[in-house]
Amino acid sequence: MIPELGHFLLVLALCVAAVLGTLPLLGAHQRRREWIVLARPAAQVFFLLTAASFVALGWSFYVNDFSVLYVAEHSNSLLPTVYRLAAIWGGHEGSLLLWMFMLSCWTVAVATLSRTLDETMVARVLGVLGLVATGLLLFVLFTSNPFERLLPAAQEGRDLNPLLQDPGLVFHPPMLYMGYVGFSVAFAFAIAALLSGRLDAAWARWSRPWTLTAWIFLTCGIALGSVWAYYELGWGGWWFWDPVENASFLPWLLGTALIHSLAVTEKRGSFKSWTVLLAIGAFSLSLLGTFLVRSGVLTSVHAFASDPRRGIFILLLLVLVVGSSLALFAWRAPKVALGGQFGLISRESLLLVGNVLLVVACGSVLLGTLYPLIVDALNLGKISVGPPYFNTVFVPLMAPALFLMAAVPLARWKHADVKDMARRLWIAGALAIVGAIAIPMLMGGWTFLTGLGTLLSVWIAASMILQMIARLKSGIPPLSFWGMQLGHLGVAVFVMGVTLVGGFQEEKDVRMEPGDIVTVGGHEFKFIGITAVNGPNYKAARGEFQVIRNNVPTRTLYPEKRTYVSSEMPMTEAAIDPGVTRDVYVSLGEPLEGKAWAVRVYFKPFVDWIWGGCLLMALGGICAASDRRYRMRVKAAAAARTTALQGASS
Amino acid sequence: MKNWKKRGAIVAGGLVAVGVAAALVLNALNSNIALYVTPSEVAAGKSPKGAAFRIGGMVKDGSVKRDNLTVHFVVTDMVKEIPVAYTGILPDLFKEGKGAVVQGKLAPDGSFTASEVLAKHDENYMPPQAQAALDAAKKDGGVAKQ
Repeated sequence: MIPELGHFLLVLALCVAAVLGTLPLLGAHQRRREWIVLARPAAQVFFLLTAASFVALGWSFYVNDFSVLYVAEHSNSLLPTVYRLAAIWGGHEGSLLLWMFMLSCWTVAVATLSRTLDETMVARVLGVLGLVATGLLLFVLFTSNPFERLLPAAQEGRDLNPLLQDPGLVFHPPMLYMGYVGFSVAFAFAIAALLSGRLDAAWARWSRPWTLTAWIFLTCGIALGSVWAYYELGWGGWWFWDPVENASFLPWLLGTALIHSLAVTEKRGSFKSWTVLLAIGAFSLSLLGTFLVRSGVLTSVHAFASDPRRGIFILLLLVLVVGSSLALFAWRAPKVALGGQFGLISRESLLLVGNVLLVVACGSVLLGTLYPLIVDALNLGKISVGPPYFNTVFVPLMAPALFLMAAVPLARWKHADVKDMARRLWIAGALAIVGAIAIPMLMGGWTFLTGLGTLLSVWIAASMILQMIARLKSGIPPLSFWGMQLGHLGVAVFVMGVTLVGGFQEEKDVRMEPGDIVTVGGHEFKFIGITAVNGPNYKAARGEFQVIRNNVPTRTLYPEKRTYVSSEMPMTEAAIDPGVTRDVYVSLGEPLEGKAWAVRVYFKPFVDWIWGGCLLMALGGICAASDRRYRMRVKAAAAARTTALQGASS
Repeated sequence: MKNWKKRGAIVAGGLVAVGVAAALVLNALNSNIALYVTPSEVAAGKSPKGAAFRIGGMVKDGSVKRDNLTVHFVVTDMVKEIPVAYTGILPDLFKEGKGAVVQGKLAPDGSFTASEVLAKHDENYMPPQAQAALDAAKKDGGVAKQ
């Protein structure tokens, strides 16, 4: 009964989304107030229906209802409860329901938190979100219904892919989707502004915290995925330029460009058309990401084998969204007034250069990701584009952007005083040069790439810290200032981690018998032996390794080789001893003759800085999004409401 | 005049950025593409010479032999077979009778030294390239018999 109810609620949600996607927009166009005011309640009802439907699917997982096809395929009665619930998004249909649920959350959040925004604008923004929801819900209901029944019911579920049975599954997809889907709000604001013809600073100010929030979620989501791949896949890498990783990284790159461009639009009124295009682009890339992952055109850890109709449906939706928004842009953009003028060297121009670099980098990653698909579609053969392509293109494009990042906050709007900037930056420059020589030498040897990476990292970090000190002298700066500094500091930390782990990691695949010792990165690893252990739904061979530093055993690591009972799938669980300056990492390969095992041992210097940097970037985003000028608006609104109420009662 | 100059500088800067990026992209694409080849194509001598490429197919039943960390196995599309050697740890789902993709170079004696072995992360999942190789071989085999 519950699955049918969930399905029915989803159909109702579609009806409400269709109303939300049409009447408020028409009402805004024809100035019919009774249609305009429908937007908020419709958004709330849409949220309630989608949420209830989501809960219904969760309930089917919770009670092991294997008469639901999706549950039978992705769960098992032996599966621990938390994974049973996370299994909601362990496959295609449920992931899309999660997508819808997130979209409804964003929609209701806009409806609730935009009390002071002009009603017509709210109607337009919510209307656009309603249209997006209608398209996606049609997709879910027609091609990927998670509530489909399996008759007769299965005795037992097929189980969740063991790779997904990890805390990573609980957090990574919701975070990532929250970010992906969040760009729909930036998109909706941009389209609404185009429709109304009011692309002004007020629009940018409204759009900014939403865009930042989506960007924060996306940053965390990508970082979590990277950590998960690092410890769970047993390959020890943190980024593989896998097409699906790229699919999430593309909107991040454009989103990063967008938050910077929005800043210019808000402060100076410039870059309006550019900002609108970036908002359209970021959301389109989120849809493209959904298409790439869900259509089965990609070979990847994330690609669930699926039905080609789904791919075509999302592709059509994508063409519709991109096509109609670009058409609207072409029609409306000529009417957009030009913003403030700015000099050749000014904060605007430097931000523009950074923006162009981000967009070009995004384009090159997109090309590398789609190239094999294009070649295949044209019947020119099957190829793969490897990580070296992305590294050779991405690094030279990002290096100048990173170089600029340290200087831009010092540049004045309109006209920058280059001499003044140089005077304030020379200490950072000197520190950067010293760092670029000293750090790689201390770590074990200078190479061009480690020199470049440390140079840029120290340059950014030193410049940010010096700016903070200088700024503190003239009183406590606003949160948005801290946001910018923290975010950029995060990039510096990230670059340092990437550089040092890339330049100085050590990896060994070795054959070990109990008692054998292998030395990697100055740590000795002694293989003690293997014991058999039983988990809730798996059997495992557990290895015991002693990590020895200067003849003193410091830590014992227990990597496992698991075999899951229901699917007989083998799984490697790496054991990691994390540390601020290095991780050591052991994973079991396969048993060889006798008591010997193939073992993989890694030494990863400063690898945790990669995710630490991402965390700092996200914190920076949080500071920037909670700046006083966004909160003041809420307070002002509350005050206005109270006065109105008092006025009404007296 | 000044505005005109400024716009010119911005356009020129943009063009340079795009040009540099295009050059980087083309150069990198040229040297970092691995072609997918089926075992039948390798046997017919249609694989790239000297460059790394990928072979998709099935790991032949009973063909996996271990010699310490080096593993020898045979990749087949059910028509032709290619012996492969790989040193290192294989992915969890590498199994006899399952699909796999190997990347590496062909030695003059016709054996293949893999630098990377890919097997996918789901029991029932067949890498599309491996599946395509099997399908292509089946079709050609059928034609050859007639």
